[in-house]
Amino acid sequence: MKVGLFIPCYVDQFYPGAAIATLQLLEKLGVDVTYPPNQTCCGQPMANSGFEHLTGSCNDLFIKNFAGFDYIVAPSGSCVLHIKEHLHGDADPQATINHKVYELTEFLTDVLKVKSLQAKFPHKVGMHQSCHGQRGLHLSQMTELVAPEYSKPGSLLNMVEGIELIPLNRKDECCGFGGTFCVAEEAVSVKMGKDRVADHLEHGAEYITGVDMSCLMHMEGILNRQGSKVKVLHIAEILNAG
Amino acid sequence: MESGVKDHAELAAIFNKDENRVDWHDETLWWVRQKRDKMAHGLPGWEALREAASQIKDNVLSNLSEYLQQFETNAQANGIIVHWAADAKEHNEIVLELLLKNGIRKMVKSKSMLTEECHLNEYLEQQGIDVIDSDLGERIVQLAKEPPSHIVLPCIHKKKEEIGDLFHIHLGTPAGNADPQLLTEAARHHLREVFLTRKAALTGVNFAVAETGEFVVCTNEGNADMGAHLADIHIASMGIEKIIPERKHLGVFLRLLARSATGQPITTYSSHFVKPREGQQLHIIIVDNGRSIQLGREDFRNSLKCIRCGACMNTCPVYRRSGGHSYHTAIAGPIGAILAPNLDMEKYADLPFASTLCGSCSNVCPVKIDIHQQLYKWRQVIVQKGYTTTAKKASMKLMAFTLSSPAAYHTGGKVGRWVLKHAPFAVNNKFNPWFKQRDMPEPPEQSFGEWYNENRKK
Repeated sequence: MKVGLFIPCYVDQFYPGAAIATLQLLEKLGVDVTYPPNQTCCGQPMANSGFEHLTGSCNDLFIKNFAGFDYIVAPSGSCVLHIKEHLHGDADPQATINHKVYELTEFLTDVLKVKSLQAKFPHKVGMHQSCHGQRGLHLSQMTELVAPEYSKPGSLLNMVEGIELIPLNRKDECCGFGGTFCVAEEAVSVKMGKDRVADHLEHGAEYITGVDMSCLMHMEGILNRQGSKVKVLHIAEILNAG
Repeated sequence: MESGVKDHAELAAIFNKDENRVDWHDETLWWVRQKRDKMAHGLPGWEALREAASQIKDNVLSNLSEYLQQFETNAQANGIIVHWAADAKEHNEIVLELLLKNGIRKMVKSKSMLTEECHLNEYLEQQGIDVIDSDLGERIVQLAKEPPSHIVLPCIHKKKEEIGDLFHIHLGTPAGNADPQLLTEAARHHLREVFLTRKAALTGVNFAVAETGEFVVCTNEGNADMGAHLADIHIASMGIEKIIPERKHLGVFLRLLARSATGQPITTYSSHFVKPREGQQLHIIIVDNGRSIQLGREDFRNSLKCIRCGACMNTCPVYRRSGGHSYHTAIAGPIGAILAPNLDMEKYADLPFASTLCGSCSNVCPVKIDIHQQLYKWRQVIVQKGYTTTAKKASMKLMAFTLSSPAAYHTGGKVGRWVLKHAPFAVNNKFNPWFKQRDMPEPPEQSFGEWYNENRKK
């Protein structure tokens, strides 16, 4: 099983720690994983802004980098959802890519069927449900639906020694990042982020985690501006800790 | 957007200047969402009911002209006079003509979002007709000379103290009194007088049954019934999509509507209007106003399944924090954002972007409209039609170029991180909307790609 590691552009540039943790975690679990060096981005920033028609070359590059792998794994629900739903090449039928791309916790749960982890993180942690991972990839059950509870990232976090997952008043409300929404609709975006952060703080979180660094980057920006000591960590960093 | 007109982001920024008010608005609507959740979870087969409703509406949209004609035939047989209006203008003219023909200059109207869409009140007022809205929330916004901010809860943006002030001015309640019971009682007396004296009543239509030619109007206040039963002429306005095939289908829709809307098992009144009472005229105006165009747009046609419950607004984290008026259209929120561009793509080009695409709207929708997917698709259509700014176009082209070239991407990333580290003032300034209320991420020494190259190169 050959796995291609896709690291979203902003994680590559700003959060290499999350990417390193993802790589190390997969290696620890015995996965034959490679990072194709010429990768850039999934094209979502353009597509979500209404410019999907400009993503052609970006898509082709992605397909060229990843077509040869059995699985593509990325530490992001949002990028994976975009690749699944919207990334397609002119030459290559989209089926070659879309059905083998997995978000990290989805891959650990559904493909590797991880039942235990050698990880330790003795802290109070708030789990942020990123919308695209949750409502798009169905990583966790959604509060709107009348259906049985489950959470792929939540189950994995519960395998970590010493961790205490805090409850939230609104367990799956959007943080307001939303790609270019975060600057185009600055006022609402920030207000949504402040409200999300406040929920975690109210319940005593020392760390906020999630499957998408983009949501966490947005909440980190608010936490830091408020002078809070609370930190954000990508879920891979906790699953790989200790 | 037309120049000089404020878009959603600007209007939302104004709304957000009063953070306490945003908190209050958000909490109020979140409470309604929670009531809806409680109801949904208390009803066995909720998801199956949503699926059934969705499929019935699929059938309706695929056979709309047949059902409309069947409805017309059956309604006429019941003694209802049926009118057809291609657009808002025709609809408003039909209403005016009916009033003038009968020498009526005063009308009472219960809640109808279609008449808001058609701007009927403004039109009739210009023609010297006096219209009074009889839904309490509608009456409040009418007194305030504002449009409704929510399709089910029209004055949800107003605090009770503001309503007290309005009633003091218009209905003579004591100054500074904001007791809900006192204010409601005052409205009751005021409206009772209206009901008793108006010769014409206009209502909306929630469901029109093709099989029987009857229509159903749902209210909590009984105001539609009060108006319709006392007036000589009852005019009902409905969009072409309000049709359901058979009466038994009400068993699906009536169970979903109020639970989704306000978390009630059913509206207090679900009134069936079948035929005019002795000596009364009963008219129904069937309105297209862009709906058949939407029906022809494959990606957007199922927005016409909407039963106007407002659940998507109550759950929308953006709506709750920007208020209904920020959508500058009759129907606000996620559903409004996918309906409005069909009516005027340029004027409402901003609305599909007033969303994080979180998807909560699609999950609460009782007829399973893929609202957030349609928001994404409208973005593509709007940009393709050229309703975007030159600056955005240029930045997207630059981004597409950079992300298509590994060399440009690697260099760009390196330069960006260097600037952020060594010349943060170039980024951390008032021209950067991110920085206004958020810190920028701390730039690392190395990108992951650089680290990988050093540590894992085979």
